[in-house]
Amino acid sequence: MATTITMPQLGETVTEGTVAQWLKRVGDSVDKYEDFVEVSTDKVNAGVPSPVTGTIREFLVREGETVATGTPIAIIDEAGAAQAPLPKAPAPPAAAPAAPAPVAAPLAARPPSTNGSTASEAPSADAERVLQSASPAVRRLAREHQIDIRTLNGSGANGRVTADDVLAAAQPGAAARPAASAAPPVASGTSTYAQPIPGTTVTLTQARRIIAERMVESRHNAPHAWSMVEIDVTDVWAWRAHEKARFERETGHKLTLLPFFIRAVVEAIAVFPLMNARFVPASNAGQASIYVNPDVNIGIAIGLPTNLVVPVVKRADQLSIKGLAVAAGELIDKARKGKLGVDDLAGGTFTVNNNGANGSWASAPIINGGQAGIVTMETVVRKLVVRPDDSIAIRSMMNACLSLDHRVVDGYVASGFLADLKRRLEAMGPQGEL
Amino acid sequence: MAVVSSSKGSTVMNNVEAVRATLYEAMKNDDRTVILGEDVGARGNVFLITKDFIGEFGPERVVDTPIAEASIVGIAVGMAMEGLRPIAEIQFADFIYPSFNQIVGEAAKVRYRSNGEYTCPLVIRTPYGGGVRGALSHSVSIEALFYHVPGLKIVAPSFPADVKGLLNAAIDDPDPVLFLEHKKTYRLIKGEVPDGHYTIPLGRANVLKEGTRLTVVSYGLYVHWALEAAQQLEQDGVSVEVIDLRSIRPMDKTTILRSVEKTRRLLIVHEDNKFGGIGAEISAMVAEEALFHLDAPIRRHCAPDVPAMGYALPLEEEYMSSPVEMAEAMRELVQF
Amino acid sequence: MASTEAKTQTFQRQGLGDDQLRAIFRNMLLQRQLDNRGFQLNRQGKVPFALGSEGHEALQAGAAMAFERGKDILAPYYRDLGLCLGIGLSPYEIMLSIFARAADHNGGRQFPNHYSSKAAGLMSFSSILAAHLPHAVGAAYAIKYRGETGRAVLATCGDGTTSEGEWHESMNFAAVHKLPFVMLVENNEWAISTPLDKQMAQPEIWRRAVGYGMPGMRFNGFDPIETYAAVKEAMDRARSGGGPTLVEGTCYRYLAHSTDDNDMTYRTRDEVDRRRAQDPVPAFEALLVALGVVTPQDVEAMRKDVLRETNEATDAAEALPYPQASDLYTHVYEGAWQPWQS
Repeated sequence: MATTITMPQLGETVTEGTVAQWLKRVGDSVDKYEDFVEVSTDKVNAGVPSPVTGTIREFLVREGETVATGTPIAIIDEAGAAQAPLPKAPAPPAAAPAAPAPVAAPLAARPPSTNGSTASEAPSADAERVLQSASPAVRRLAREHQIDIRTLNGSGANGRVTADDVLAAAQPGAAARPAASAAPPVASGTSTYAQPIPGTTVTLTQARRIIAERMVESRHNAPHAWSMVEIDVTDVWAWRAHEKARFERETGHKLTLLPFFIRAVVEAIAVFPLMNARFVPASNAGQASIYVNPDVNIGIAIGLPTNLVVPVVKRADQLSIKGLAVAAGELIDKARKGKLGVDDLAGGTFTVNNNGANGSWASAPIINGGQAGIVTMETVVRKLVVRPDDSIAIRSMMNACLSLDHRVVDGYVASGFLADLKRRLEAMGPQGEL
Repeated sequence: MAVVSSSKGSTVMNNVEAVRATLYEAMKNDDRTVILGEDVGARGNVFLITKDFIGEFGPERVVDTPIAEASIVGIAVGMAMEGLRPIAEIQFADFIYPSFNQIVGEAAKVRYRSNGEYTCPLVIRTPYGGGVRGALSHSVSIEALFYHVPGLKIVAPSFPADVKGLLNAAIDDPDPVLFLEHKKTYRLIKGEVPDGHYTIPLGRANVLKEGTRLTVVSYGLYVHWALEAAQQLEQDGVSVEVIDLRSIRPMDKTTILRSVEKTRRLLIVHEDNKFGGIGAEISAMVAEEALFHLDAPIRRHCAPDVPAMGYALPLEEEYMSSPVEMAEAMRELVQF
Repeated sequence: MASTEAKTQTFQRQGLGDDQLRAIFRNMLLQRQLDNRGFQLNRQGKVPFALGSEGHEALQAGAAMAFERGKDILAPYYRDLGLCLGIGLSPYEIMLSIFARAADHNGGRQFPNHYSSKAAGLMSFSSILAAHLPHAVGAAYAIKYRGETGRAVLATCGDGTTSEGEWHESMNFAAVHKLPFVMLVENNEWAISTPLDKQMAQPEIWRRAVGYGMPGMRFNGFDPIETYAAVKEAMDRARSGGGPTLVEGTCYRYLAHSTDDNDMTYRTRDEVDRRRAQDPVPAFEALLVALGVVTPQDVEAMRKDVLRETNEATDAAEALPYPQASDLYTHVYEGAWQPWQS
């Protein structure tokens, strides 16, 4: 059997070698381990031993020639019995099984984009936030329970939807909860409610769909009537200005006209309890009736960029102006941070809408479903007025508008309520306790 | 011996008494047991752990070594290879660095490099940790330097009953075990210790307090403070689960994962520096194996990444945590 | 150097019979042959690394003769091929180590030359110089602790190792506790590329013994019988409770440190050639022939037999398999290897 000898690597970084001298001639016999050639590299001269006992058949390289490591340099015919087979190189280790591809957990089926817009629209910050802040547990639970987390109120930090929120939503009976979080618009690149593109279709979020449905329902079921009074808020405004700094220091909240207004509202409700009632349609349970709520839970309508939320100050009639200010302040904070919980939004019996912040002078709001009315505070205007004693003065005047469910309340109660509200607010002054 | 056994099957003792009692029994029960280290003989150890041992067991079994940490461990390795059961002491963990090669390059590899022909049943005991005005050379935590090394085992019990069970297990263990004793807990932590010989297997953590909103994993002095913080939160209606690791290598995966799957939030609390500390490995493991159970990032409440707590009190206090700070960290994570 | 005739005049056989003298010589031949075989295999491309011990043959064969098999413990370093052969390791075991076969004592895990054999009393060691010396001291402590008289630990190292802190710590502890421990320093004048005068200001290592409070002596490591006498005296002292001894044998390292070293970068061909004149193998051969302990034909037969033994061992070891990939995971601990307990 012929054995081919190759140029060995004599040293770690050596890449070639020179045949310095053949120590045998062709035809000579050679023993296993006997040196048969001298090889030189830049590092060393060394004899190379034969791997077999046999006869030199052929030299493939001349003396003095330099060849690369691994180049065949000689052939030796092995004598006699077959050699012991060389140990096999160990089999390469079996490749580790590929890790299973992680299953993507879609938050929920996204509504297909229906617009034909070619402009690529940057996703709104809200959409990205909800998508990004969904933790692995939230993603998995949302997928398992088929819940669209964008419809949920996040009880976590900064309105984050938590795993507990998803699990709560997965409970039977949780579906009826109104979507009051700052629901984001859909997939990036489409026209959104927050940034609508002329000529495009905005796909509605669940939240906006629900708003639309509720508005229709309210308008449809409750025959809306409307009334307005003008209120001299000069004194109460002054009172507010006087208390503002101390209040802010003590509570960390701002003091607006809202708590004073709410105080007047709840006191007026005490005189006109039908404003705090609800029309109950006829059903199997009985004839149509009006249910007069025992608690006065005032909803505060808050307009957010893409949504409308109405968190509720529970038992508002039992709170002082200061208490109302703090409660309202906390709810408004939460609303802005998207942190309102289910409890915050449930149980309202009457609603106040501070419309005036936008400069509105009069408005005709739609009643919050199931309530008897909704009253607004419009903007405060400095006006020239004629006083009771016929003098002329510059006063701060504010309109309050009332939309009412004419099944529950008619003009007599409504105007009585408004007049009472006006009187109380005009009577508030710096000598009172907040 | 200072400790008196009661009739009810267990005895109240503190951590240092538990070490002492366990070593005493080991010396009595096995002639192959030899204790060696600086000042362990005549002085009876600087915390009096081996006080009077030399009188009872003799200087060949309680060996006062020269001040030479590398050879304290190296000689113990040789003893172990040749059939004794040595318990080497490094007087303070801060002094262990000269013996690093003997621990990591030699003891940890004796069995492996000899394909099992030689073994190294060795215990290295050392007091570690701060809060005792120990400054740069009497306060350090060393577990992160060693827990990386295959072939070593490391335990860090925090309660007297665990000290006894784990020290017995370490002494019985056929491989090298680094036994870490938090010096501040020596006299501070008391507890019931069952009488008689028992072992606690290495690699088993202990759930000290069950909870539902957050998992806190800790060990050493800090597990006591974490428990205190968790109890404060309990009073505020926040239910926190506290796990005492007890064993650092091997580490208990099942207990940690089972807890995180329940609470979905993990806070690791340890006295050692944050970067590359034990918490880093736990975080990686939990992220690998329980990612889809996590509802919040894994957080680590650890020492700042500075070389040491200073001698001056404000420096030590800044470095070390407290139950109040731990409670704050727990609350923040619960509210995420 | 004394001529062969002069050496025959002054020859002291130190109680050794002719068989033992021949055994010492054969060990030297076998060491040189196996040493060289490692380099041959490296040049054939069959093994990636080889480390030689030419120059140490007399020192190691003489020391091995003073070692009592079945009783003493050896804590060598990686240049002690001859010593390991001399205490009972076979060429086959040597070749298993060179080829890193699964059947090797270390399962192919260690570099070659890192021999280990519990049966022969050969303690497992790493490449870290001096790290094995506290182990040797610990083993000596264990022997003394158990009252096992008649046993001692022979620890060896080169001149380079005596600079390590653990050399000092080991010597110190052995002396304080009067342990059955012999520190044999094989001074071949080179610590890889560092000559003696760059390693120590006082070149006679044996003189340090007085600093430790133990006896010390120096002998000619090119003379196997002088070596035997020195090591035997030290081992007898240790075995009988007389405590440790530092014995220094002088020799020379003829080859580079290993196949990864080119010694012409730090010494000259002339110096090495000059020292070759002291080569202990031909010197002892000449002495034994002059003494009539062997004839030239005996020597030739011995050489052939050593070659045969080497070839058989090479072929037998080469034919065996490497460890499998799954063998990586065994013997981390007595139990499972994973750091996480499930």
